[in-house]
Amino acid sequence: MLSTLFSFFYQFGDAFAFLVIASMGLAIIFGMMGVINLAHGEFIMCGAYTTVSLAQLGLPLPLAIIGGAAVAGLIGMLLEVTIIRHLYHRPLDSIVATWGLSMIATQGVLIVLGSTMQGVGTPLGSFTVGGFSYSTYRMVLMGIAVLLLVGLYLLFYHTRAGVIARATIQLPRMARATGVDTGRVYTLTFGLGAALAGLAGGLYAPTMTLVPTMGATFMVESFVTVVIGGGDIFLGAAPAAAILAVIRSGMTAWQGQLFGQIGLLITVIIVIRVLPGGLSGWILGGRK
Amino acid sequence: MTGPGNSGLSVGPSLIDATPKRQRNTLALWLSRLEGPQTIGRGRGFWITFVLAVLAAAIYPMFVDGWTVGNTAYFLVWTFMAMGLGVIWGYAGSLSFGQTAFFGLAGYGYGVLTLNFGAAYGFTLLALVLAVGLAALLAVVLGYFMFYGRVQGVFIGIVTLSVTLVFQAFMAQTAGPEWAIGAARLNGFNGMSGMPPLTIPWPGGDVLLYADIALYYVLLGLMLLVYLGLRMLLNAPFGNVLVAIRENPERAEMLGYDVRRYQLLGFVLGGALAGLSGVLYTAWGQYITPSSMSITAAALPVIWVAFGGRKDVTATLIGTLVMIFLYQWLTIYGSQYAIVVMGVILVLTVLFAPEGIVLSLMRWISARLKPAGGRA
Repeated sequence: MLSTLFSFFYQFGDAFAFLVIASMGLAIIFGMMGVINLAHGEFIMCGAYTTVSLAQLGLPLPLAIIGGAAVAGLIGMLLEVTIIRHLYHRPLDSIVATWGLSMIATQGVLIVLGSTMQGVGTPLGSFTVGGFSYSTYRMVLMGIAVLLLVGLYLLFYHTRAGVIARATIQLPRMARATGVDTGRVYTLTFGLGAALAGLAGGLYAPTMTLVPTMGATFMVESFVTVVIGGGDIFLGAAPAAAILAVIRSGMTAWQGQLFGQIGLLITVIIVIRVLPGGLSGWILGGRK
Repeated sequence: MTGPGNSGLSVGPSLIDATPKRQRNTLALWLSRLEGPQTIGRGRGFWITFVLAVLAAAIYPMFVDGWTVGNTAYFLVWTFMAMGLGVIWGYAGSLSFGQTAFFGLAGYGYGVLTLNFGAAYGFTLLALVLAVGLAALLAVVLGYFMFYGRVQGVFIGIVTLSVTLVFQAFMAQTAGPEWAIGAARLNGFNGMSGMPPLTIPWPGGDVLLYADIALYYVLLGLMLLVYLGLRMLLNAPFGNVLVAIRENPERAEMLGYDVRRYQLLGFVLGGALAGLSGVLYTAWGQYITPSSMSITAAALPVIWVAFGGRKDVTATLIGTLVMIFLYQWLTIYGSQYAIVVMGVILVLTVLFAPEGIVLSLMRWISARLKPAGGRA
């Protein structure tokens, strides 16, 4: 009984951690700037490749993961300054431009580094509960997902930078009038989103095979989380990840991975009909 | 919704102005419907160029061998999907990233139907209609949930893209023998093959449209039909309402139009056209694979339409043909770099010619001609 309960908790936690970690970067960029970053998957890929390269050079895995996030973040800021910045007044075009970037990145990596890259094994081994074996590393990921949410909450609600960022979201003109360099806020936010995507890639790099198209495996899940969540990370993406995790782990346990994805997709199509503003729109709308 | 629109007929010497009003017969009336505020090509100069282009396309097979003609037919296959995306994105203003879902569904639909029922008695043509209907049905269901949920622009792209990616993942795992519909094995990642080409029943032996001259003419005719049909539709009240919704949905709603219904209709039209491309593609090469619904495949129509110019069906068509030709040329000479170049073209177009390169060129040319010839 206890072991069944644990098994369910583990499946749910694993799905929740994946959805939170994979979608945070996308959610921050979307929530702040209304831009859906279609190169999100490629930032994840960039983080994963950097992490594995650094680990193979002998760096300890945690440092390598941070390195992966940093590289993805820097590239993100660079792209914001050179391309995305010019498209803020045309949201659809900015999405299309990130799609172009995504194609360039995927194919470029394929040309330069080949179709696959030697990975690093999943660290930390496994433990047994009631006759079933579970990966310790995935338990750590669940902890990291929660820490990430707490950390972002503290960043946005308990630091000066967070206040400036939220002011820029709510009333960009007013923020500018009070002396906030909104352009820099956008650059940093895009960089933060890209770094979080890189972090997701680094964290999941030990658990999957590295191929240039690996970003696409994160795409559907992270899109669905953000679409259901809406603009706000804490009132939207996090609860959405929890709900979707139940659906995904249930469907996956019942019919396998693909049906987990199909379940998510059907959920999102129904949810947008009922709650067009997403969960956060519904929660905030109800509060007003 | 008349807008400044319908008076557009009298701007510049158009076809109807060339004939005195009394003599205006039914044909001239129909021809006049080809012009209007929502398409920029008009006037004698444009139509002369158009007729010359059609004539050139018609005599083209006499100068090259059958294989090349079949290859050119392949270019034409894609134009329907592109024009459909132009309607959804350029005219109705809601960008769909997942036209390939309709393309793939119709392609697989055609394969399943013809592998089960064969090609006798012109069944392939019925299969074409049924498969396009299937794609339209998917568009109705998906569009109902999106537009009647009042989802905004960004989310439409994300949902449609997710649909095509999940559809691809689903088809890719159907390798086992248990995945079969009647006699048609779905064959997972390798896709379906061996379905018959389009077959026209003819006294004294059916005409099989393999990738050759006959198929080229059929596709050319179909393309012209759809192109001219879209010009009429887009300049009719329906198209004007779509543009009104794109420009200002609230105002269109205040004027009494059901925005959701018009957006849904535009989306279904685009989905059906993507489905038509899917069927023609499957019939052209007698195969269809899940990779035709991949993220790269989904990006290509967006690139063609962005490059051509989404707000004008003529620009969309020209841009699409140019880009497909370029893409094929690149795959032959630079194989792997083709997709990188496509991505670069997309980013540059969005940054420097957001209206589309062909459309900007067309506007430039008509502005040049105006002082000289006096017509746009």
